Amino acid sequence: MAGTGHEGRAERFLDWETVAVVRPYAVTKGRTAPTGGTQVGLIDAVVATGQWPQPQFRPGPEERRILELCHRAKPVVDLASETNLPVGVVRVLLSDLIDEGLVRVIPAARKPHTDQRLLRMVLDGLQSL
Amino acid sequence: MDFNRSDDAGPYDTGSRASAPTTAKFLIAGGFGVGKTTFVGAISEIRPLRTEEPLSERGVGVDDTRAVSAKATTTVAMDFGRISFPSELVIYLFGTPGQERFWFMWDELSVGALGAVILADTRRIGDCFAAIDYFEENGTPFVIAVNCFDSAPRFQAEDIRIALSLGPEVPIVACDARQRESVKQVLVSLVKYVMASNRPLVHGGHAY
Ligand SMILES: Nc1nc2c(ncn2[C@@H]2O[C@H](COP(=O)(O)OP(=O)(O)O)[C@@H](O)[C@H]2O)c(=O)[nH]1
Ligand SMILES: [Mg+2]
Repeated sequence: MAGTGHEGRAERFLDWETVAVVRPYAVTKGRTAPTGGTQVGLIDAVVATGQWPQPQFRPGPEERRILELCHRAKPVVDLASETNLPVGVVRVLLSDLIDEGLVRVIPAARKPHTDQRLLRMVLDGLQSL
Repeated sequence: MDFNRSDDAGPYDTGSRASAPTTAKFLIAGGFGVGKTTFVGAISEIRPLRTEEPLSERGVGVDDTRAVSAKATTTVAMDFGRISFPSELVIYLFGTPGQERFWFMWDELSVGALGAVILADTRRIGDCFAAIDYFEENGTPFVIAVNCFDSAPRFQAEDIRIALSLGPEVPIVACDARQRESVKQVLVSLVKYVMASNRPLVHGGHAY
């Protein structure tokens, strides 16, 4: 009944030192790199465009899940975290969805260290913690 | 045309909910065991995040190679934390992996980073040379946070500056990666440093 509180524990102590072999790219049909030219940054956001897919487009369950999650603009790392898919897999699926016109990218600041407004916002945020 | 509209309207039907959160990224670097994971966990909500590592012939203790296809990769869990604010600001912290085989990730992690914290342990001060070289080279602003382990000898900041051949502008701060308040102060000092570097009279950057 009550949550065990243990589910998160294994993840918590995983880090770069942990290596596991997983099923490689089954959901991307073996592709390990995005098809289009778009390289989506880790903290860039993606959002569903509201376009209808072409009739021949058959999204898999992971693509559907991503589309659902992008109903609101969502950073790529959060998508990967919430779908539990590796970042590279999410990128490949996103490139398909972008090619289909179903998703678009809202880029994060490329030179954040020169963006005084962002820096001020981050400073205020940290100081409020 | 005959796509399943009735079943699938939801995912494809977005309105104008496109306003994206403002995101900022910090990198937490330093040698093995210096406190990167502890640092990220002290201030942010740790979230599971996996990335891929191309599996080279060297092998990484893989027993069942038959499970691995031609384009084999392994996945590694990244040190990743998130702090979200009511203002739609989200700060992400990424631990940068120390081992050489993960260096392929550094370029990706440092693109668009607001800045980096290099954790240093005075017992093994040289462990942060690689990170310093890297961030100086690609222009990512950084601070040195000396993680104060109980058994570690105490040093003056200026001794560390000399040992690491750092310019006078680079902040060197003490920290306890287990303490949220301490971690917060390190990040605050990093942001203030970056802001100060932008002022016209200060030539921030890579002076030696
Ligand atoms: N005394 C002390 N121990 C620390 C501090 N930060 C981390 N540790 C401990 O050092 C060990 C290694 O830390 P970890 O965060 O895993 O290092 P990483 O390899 O850089 O991720 C852990 O047992 C931590 O509890 C600190 O500021 N002071
Ligand atoms: Mg660690």
